[in-house]
Amino acid sequence: MKQTVVDRYKPLYKTVIRANQPWLRIPWKEIAEYRDLLLLLVKRDLTALYKQTILGPLWFIVQPLVSAIVFTVIFGKVAKVSTDGVPHMIFYMCGTVPWNYFQGCMTQGANSLVGNAYLLSKVYFPRLIIPLSGLFTNFAHFLLNLLMFFSFFVYYFFFTNAVLKPNLFLLLFPLLIFQCALIGLGVGLWVAALTTKYQDLRFALPFLTQVWMYATPVVYPASLIVSPSYRLLLWCNPMSFVVECSRWMFTGSGTVTTASVIISVGMTLFLLVSGLLIFNKVQRTFVDTI
Amino acid sequence: MNPAISARNLSKCYRLGVIGRKTLADEVRYWWLKFNGHDPYTYFSKIGQTIPKTQMVEAEREGQKRFWALKDVSFDVQPGEVVGIIGRNGAGKSMLLKILTRITEPTLGEATIYGRVASLLEVGTGFHPELTGRENIYMNGTILGMKKREIDAKFDEILDFSELEQFVDTPVKRYSSGMYVRLAFAVAAHLEPEILLIDEVLAVGDEQFQKKCLGKMESVGRAGRTVLFVSHQMSAITQLCNRAILLSHGQVIKDGKTQEVIDHYLEKASTHNKDGFMASENSSTNMYIERIQTLNADGTAMFNFSHNEPIIISVQCKINRWMDKTVLGFYVCDQRGRKVFTCNNPLWGRIDSQSRWIHSSVKIPANFLAAGRYFFTFTISIPYIEVVDSVSDAVAIVITDAGSDHLSAVNRGHDHGCVFANCEWNIRAIY
Repeated sequence: MKQTVVDRYKPLYKTVIRANQPWLRIPWKEIAEYRDLLLLLVKRDLTALYKQTILGPLWFIVQPLVSAIVFTVIFGKVAKVSTDGVPHMIFYMCGTVPWNYFQGCMTQGANSLVGNAYLLSKVYFPRLIIPLSGLFTNFAHFLLNLLMFFSFFVYYFFFTNAVLKPNLFLLLFPLLIFQCALIGLGVGLWVAALTTKYQDLRFALPFLTQVWMYATPVVYPASLIVSPSYRLLLWCNPMSFVVECSRWMFTGSGTVTTASVIISVGMTLFLLVSGLLIFNKVQRTFVDTI
Repeated sequence: MNPAISARNLSKCYRLGVIGRKTLADEVRYWWLKFNGHDPYTYFSKIGQTIPKTQMVEAEREGQKRFWALKDVSFDVQPGEVVGIIGRNGAGKSMLLKILTRITEPTLGEATIYGRVASLLEVGTGFHPELTGRENIYMNGTILGMKKREIDAKFDEILDFSELEQFVDTPVKRYSSGMYVRLAFAVAAHLEPEILLIDEVLAVGDEQFQKKCLGKMESVGRAGRTVLFVSHQMSAITQLCNRAILLSHGQVIKDGKTQEVIDHYLEKASTHNKDGFMASENSSTNMYIERIQTLNADGTAMFNFSHNEPIIISVQCKINRWMDKTVLGFYVCDQRGRKVFTCNNPLWGRIDSQSRWIHSSVKIPANFLAAGRYFFTFTISIPYIEVVDSVSDAVAIVITDAGSDHLSAVNRGHDHGCVFANCEWNIRAIY
């Protein structure tokens, strides 16, 4: 009896546990194995978020709508910051829609280790699943945002005489959003890794994000910055390109140069790869220090 | 054939000073101290640590900057074996499981695992209060490594096991704690990995359900699965495991047949300190048990008693900060790990909260415990809320039979249980 049991035992999996595995070993295969968990985490985040809220998913329309209105009033009407002739609402939403997606991805990524420390100290699954699930959860919010943006866009395009010249590059918009998600992921992974060591970063993050947003041409056009050295600095922030480019795709106004594409894609890849590596390094022992 | 688990020189080391720097501000302070020629470790090693207090104090006393939670742990587990891991608190049991489950990495050494692993370090990992029972079964199952397909197939069985059919669409935040545990365990019991790593999870839930779980786990063992099981409950270990590994201070002390290892562990517990139990010095916890001694009627410290003399246990607790509603209590286990009785101190709450030490003594009457070896576990706790301090198997005593009824010709050589019961018989003959 015992013998048959042992015969039946044919392990398919082999796991080697040892110290200081190479940095580059990211368990992609394992992540694929856990894809059901990824989907469930997304579903859990979405359902848990909407249960017991009155407006439910509407929050994700109300919030960017209000911020676009606030920007219109403060930067458009009061400070009179130029929007290069684009209607205010459209101008700001072109910026806030991708920015919000980026911010969502980054925040969830940044919180993935410290925020789930309790869970992660009780069970193992590839930790990269958590920031990855953030991309999908926030994508759902992004779609709602986009829907609202489209309705405004359609209104301004057909029913007002505003100058909106969307171009064929708009077909590449999904690619741009993909880049936006990758930047969010890359930065989020960095912050997640750093917060395991310096927990005060958690409190600084909302503040730093805000500073970053004002450093990105969300409430002002990139054309406002003329000095070439500041320009270079601006493009080193990969989100500048994303925001300007989405504005250019939809309205035809915006600064997109070959240099900005190259620098921004390069920065994105750098942030993503280095983020993955540092996260992968830190996640292996972070429960000891948390 | 490959062993299911093969551990070679697994070691886990903590660098004491480094853990303390948790914020950027600390980091700056660290470099400042270093820059000014101070030893930053003296400052930082006092900051809260993840290491159990007793061991940290020990390491600190020896002037070590590092502390080995596990050191050179090597063993092989063959497929189908059910192995229990025992040891005192902080002996490295949980750390071993954490490494084998890949929650953290070893500092040195290597372990190879052949087969699909599922671990159970806690019941209900990943439960979300807002989600319903059904959603949580899926959530918990996938977190533990099941595929959605597998859960679909077993869903009814899981629900059946949990006995919670009518609440399956209720959010778990409305569950009682018992229901919560039942649901969680039902999921865990239906994992079908080749290797199952379990930490002390049976301590929760009502007794009947515990039995059901033990039964389920036994059948898991019989199905040829490899199980590694950490527990304080010697009875559960004896019941489930055919082999046990004893850890102490991060090292394997003994590895062999369950009963032998348990005997060794319990024996060691009793000779741990000739003066009874003494806490490793100056802990900063609010309250802790500092000293436990077993005395005879004359007040002499000793471990060997005869069955017809009373046993006095004196316990000294240090109070750094008084916590309301705490209770000092103890329970007694026999050498097979069966719990004999539990006793809480009813006077504890009336003590003056300004005191710095509390000394209590308890008398176990003569002619109560039968011959054998007994182990006392002392705990300060706020019942149902928090365990403030707990010393498992703190003292052990041996009781020899000085001529009781158990030794009479009729009874000799049988197991008569642990206590003498002073029962009254009535007898009459009817014609």
